[in-house]
Amino acid sequence: MKRLATATVAAVMAAAPVMADLVFPSLSYRTGAYAANGIPFADGYADYFTLLNERDGGIGGVMTRLLECETGYNTEKGVECYEATKGEGSLVYQPLSTGITYQLIPKATADGIPMHTMGYGRTSAANGKVFSNVFNYPANYWNGASLVVNHLLDINGGDIKGKTLALVYHNSAYGKEPIPTLEALAAKHGFNLSLLAVDHPGQEQKSQWLQIRRERPDYVTMWGWGVMNQVAIQEAANIRFPMENFIGVWWSGSENDVLPAGDAADGYKHITFHNLGDDYPIFDDVAKYVVDAGKAAGAGDQVGTVLYNRGFYAAMLAAEAVRKAQEIHGVADITPAMMRDGMEALEITEARMTELGMPGFGPSFAVSCENHGGPGTGAVAQWDASAKKWSLISDFSSPDMSVIQPLIDADSAAFAAENNITGGCN
Amino acid sequence: MFPDQFLFGVEVLLNGLMAGVLYALVALGFVLIFKASGIFNYAQGVMALFAALTLVGIMDGQVPFSHLINALFGTDVHHFGWHVPAFAAILLAMAVMVGLAWMVQHFIFRHLVGQEPIILFMATIGLAYFMEGFGDMMWGSDIKKLDVGIPQGGSFWIEEATAFLGGSNFYGFFIDQLDIVAAVVAVVLVILLVSFAQYTKQGRAMRAVADDHQAALSVGISLSFIWVLVWSLAGFVALVAGIMWGAKSGVQFSLSLIALKALPVLMLGGFTSIPGAIVGGLIVGVGEKLFEFLIGAPFLGGATENWFAYMLALVFLVFRPQGLFGEKIIERV
Amino acid sequence: MLYRESGDFSETYKADSQTFPIKFDRYRYYAVLAFAFLVIPFVINDYWANAVLVPFLIYAIAAIGLNILVGYCGQVSLGTGGFMAVGAYACYKLMTSFPEVSIMIHVVISGGITAAVVTIFGLPSLRIKGFYLAVATLAAQFFLVWLFNRVAWFYNYSASGQINAPDRTVFGHLVTGPNTEAWAKYMICLVFLTVAGILARNMTRGALGRKWSAIRDMDIAAEIIGVNPLTAKLSAFAISGFFIGISGALFFSVYLGAAEVGEVFGIQKSFLVLFMIIIGGLGSIFGSFAGAAFMVLLPVLLKNVLVGGLGWDTALAAHLEFVIVGALIIVFLIAEPHGLAQLWRVAKEKLRLWPFPH
Repeated sequence: MKRLATATVAAVMAAAPVMADLVFPSLSYRTGAYAANGIPFADGYADYFTLLNERDGGIGGVMTRLLECETGYNTEKGVECYEATKGEGSLVYQPLSTGITYQLIPKATADGIPMHTMGYGRTSAANGKVFSNVFNYPANYWNGASLVVNHLLDINGGDIKGKTLALVYHNSAYGKEPIPTLEALAAKHGFNLSLLAVDHPGQEQKSQWLQIRRERPDYVTMWGWGVMNQVAIQEAANIRFPMENFIGVWWSGSENDVLPAGDAADGYKHITFHNLGDDYPIFDDVAKYVVDAGKAAGAGDQVGTVLYNRGFYAAMLAAEAVRKAQEIHGVADITPAMMRDGMEALEITEARMTELGMPGFGPSFAVSCENHGGPGTGAVAQWDASAKKWSLISDFSSPDMSVIQPLIDADSAAFAAENNITGGCN
Repeated sequence: MFPDQFLFGVEVLLNGLMAGVLYALVALGFVLIFKASGIFNYAQGVMALFAALTLVGIMDGQVPFSHLINALFGTDVHHFGWHVPAFAAILLAMAVMVGLAWMVQHFIFRHLVGQEPIILFMATIGLAYFMEGFGDMMWGSDIKKLDVGIPQGGSFWIEEATAFLGGSNFYGFFIDQLDIVAAVVAVVLVILLVSFAQYTKQGRAMRAVADDHQAALSVGISLSFIWVLVWSLAGFVALVAGIMWGAKSGVQFSLSLIALKALPVLMLGGFTSIPGAIVGGLIVGVGEKLFEFLIGAPFLGGATENWFAYMLALVFLVFRPQGLFGEKIIERV
Repeated sequence: MLYRESGDFSETYKADSQTFPIKFDRYRYYAVLAFAFLVIPFVINDYWANAVLVPFLIYAIAAIGLNILVGYCGQVSLGTGGFMAVGAYACYKLMTSFPEVSIMIHVVISGGITAAVVTIFGLPSLRIKGFYLAVATLAAQFFLVWLFNRVAWFYNYSASGQINAPDRTVFGHLVTGPNTEAWAKYMICLVFLTVAGILARNMTRGALGRKWSAIRDMDIAAEIIGVNPLTAKLSAFAISGFFIGISGALFFSVYLGAAEVGEVFGIQKSFLVLFMIIIGGLGSIFGSFAGAAFMVLLPVLLKNVLVGGLGWDTALAAHLEFVIVGALIIVFLIAEPHGLAQLWRVAKEKLRLWPFPH
């Protein structure tokens, strides 16, 4: 058994082609409890690179190669995937799981490979002085928490004193992330925060929603993932909580989450850091070069969904960072270390996004060593159940960095002290 | 006029009863199989998922194994393009579950007759793995909306009828219509199962097998047939549970995890008693909801339901090791 | 011919009652140890260490622990994940509170703490039996996970509740943290596993092990012949807990380096370790190794064959992996309900007579 395994693994490793290409590992999950969320993201991530290969012949003349590895949202499989792919010259890791992210931050840093945790992972990684190889631009959880509160300020004319905001959160590292920020914001703006934990998987939330029904908070926000989202939206509808007062973070706002509740989900909101829908010139290219050519990842039916767009956007940012790295180092076939430099020097402008066929898809921003977290801007999207469509109901606006920055500094300082990192920028 | 806190407590209690019914629906399937064959069927949760997936797949006219077919032959098929009405789809899904029961008996448990309980348990875990992968491969792992016309949302009628009980902060009792439907279905199901076991020939044979395999065999009952029958019944219960839970949250992988909710129910009610499953379900439902309401959420930071159900069952078992309605354990040397 | 005991004479009682009385077994055992200690560390790379060998070694420790409880003493437990979490969090608290003490000592103390906790949760076993007990241990599983998630003291009040293993060294070599060499990780786990294996092997064939077996076979009968069920059952829980705690501590500190209790030490872990010992063979130390190897290697192997070898897309491969693992479990149980260890015993019987079976 063991010998057979050795032989096979050795054969597999030997069989991998050695040629100049840009390797993007995709630690995806198309099975398990979170598959419904993992599939569209992975499809979007894959399709963008396929598009680059098919249409442009790669990036800067070098073909891209996607290494997909199934993690099932499982930390151990994540480690296995990381070890299996890192030797192939992987440029950047995007595990789409807070657990795996925490796992890989020290490992990837030690191996000199950058990570991009877009809108998830360890928030204080925004401090590039401490987390040299981890990037979480353009927005993170704490930005998300602040954006939720900003939206409440907006619709209340700037005063939410005495109002109550309930946070329904996945009882895990991911769900607990926004609590310190929300607490700080509650102190600043004088609203009350009530916390409701939901255990994995979140199939049964009657207690939490009965509590909400009793306490009648003015607003509910949610940090959920997987089935928890669908059940929460359904339960909110059941107790006739006004949907427009229910605002999820970006991970609680995909079509998957609202569709099962049908019409009852009408008016549900979520915060997003990139634009939605499929009304962009680049999607014509996707249809032409990828979907119609039969090269789409997965079933090819996810184009334009929220999580597909997010995966697509993540891939776009990675590809742009590659271009930047190629420009800085003057080499087409870059290494992970060069990729890191490219990510740190990344600059996304509106002009560039228009050129790519994605005008207004995300914010314009520039990454620096001090700030790996981007601008943290976001907009509010609202679900229209009859049209089965999300639409933005606000402009992209900035979070309250005066609250978030001290938290980032404190948390990253604690990490630096724990791990003896001196850090700094040169 | 009652104090609000008391009314809220009553509301929590009512909802606990309703949740308990949903747990009991899953637990019933376990009991059926354990009673007749001594198999602790870990795959019951996955069966519920599989049944619900099959139902949705049939209703939407999905092509089974489309992903595999497309990968192997380079085709691009997904849907047959028809929609089957819910009632017909339920019958078809039931037929699939009967087929599954036959296969389970024919390919697995026929070969494991007379093995120790833990080995049989292990085999059902293997079955759970198998069906998890198989179900995903057959119908895809994206989330599906299940709509068989069950109403959802709080019942206005109950809310309005009870609102006068409390002060201005009390809006009447909240009871989900889905839960009411589930409760009715569960009652009907139990009546059906019990009368089936009591008054039909197959039912009597089933009870005979549950009593003593050897004796049942010697009076000419086909064990193999009875086991297929029992697994079919469990498949039917799984389908019902899958519909109820699937209507709540959409049909997706996490549905298989409801098995974990059923285990404390089983401990409380006893592995061998159908009424035990119902009463156990109600106790667990009420217990965990009330605990969360009174102690969990205010003092312990919430999310206590998962472990409280087990703790409750554990404490209970210390005083009554065979569960509420379980057969008395008689030990002889 | 290859495997025989003729010509193997014991001249002292000591020689007769040693762990491997048959010479061939003994030499094979030495050869495996020598290979594990002297060859593998020099050829191991990151992939083999992190994806295959280190998890295998750690799971083998957990499987030995659980096998003592389930296989030898007959007390079915589904709390392994929670008990491993106790080891992991104990180790984390010790590592961060007493950084000057060696990690080896921390791991052992973590085992001790886990033993104490497991013993408490073992108390109901005096009343509850069989599957009822199995489900009752789930109470421990869910409660412990909730506790470690809930009480911030356990994770030193970090914002997200994750625990991270700081760098620690043994004899000047890093064994935890991201910069650890593959061989160092491997060696520390191997040392613990070897000690655990020797301890378990000797305990299970001594007076204690016989008491456990008596309880397993029929506890009332055992009580009548003078085995105290209280001490026998609780000692099984404690010793099992000790090994499981060590494996949990290593799992967190050496293997993963960061952990979140619900995800890493959830109910799935409990089932996984139980699979290992049932597939491997209940009541067999060798079975614990075989089962751990099977359950760790098989998914990795299948993945590499299906995705790497045949180039299937990962979703299909993952689904098929489930189907194959499930089918294999069933096929194994039908072919040999007593696990891989029994297959091994049968093979030895055959080899003893080979090539003249009559």
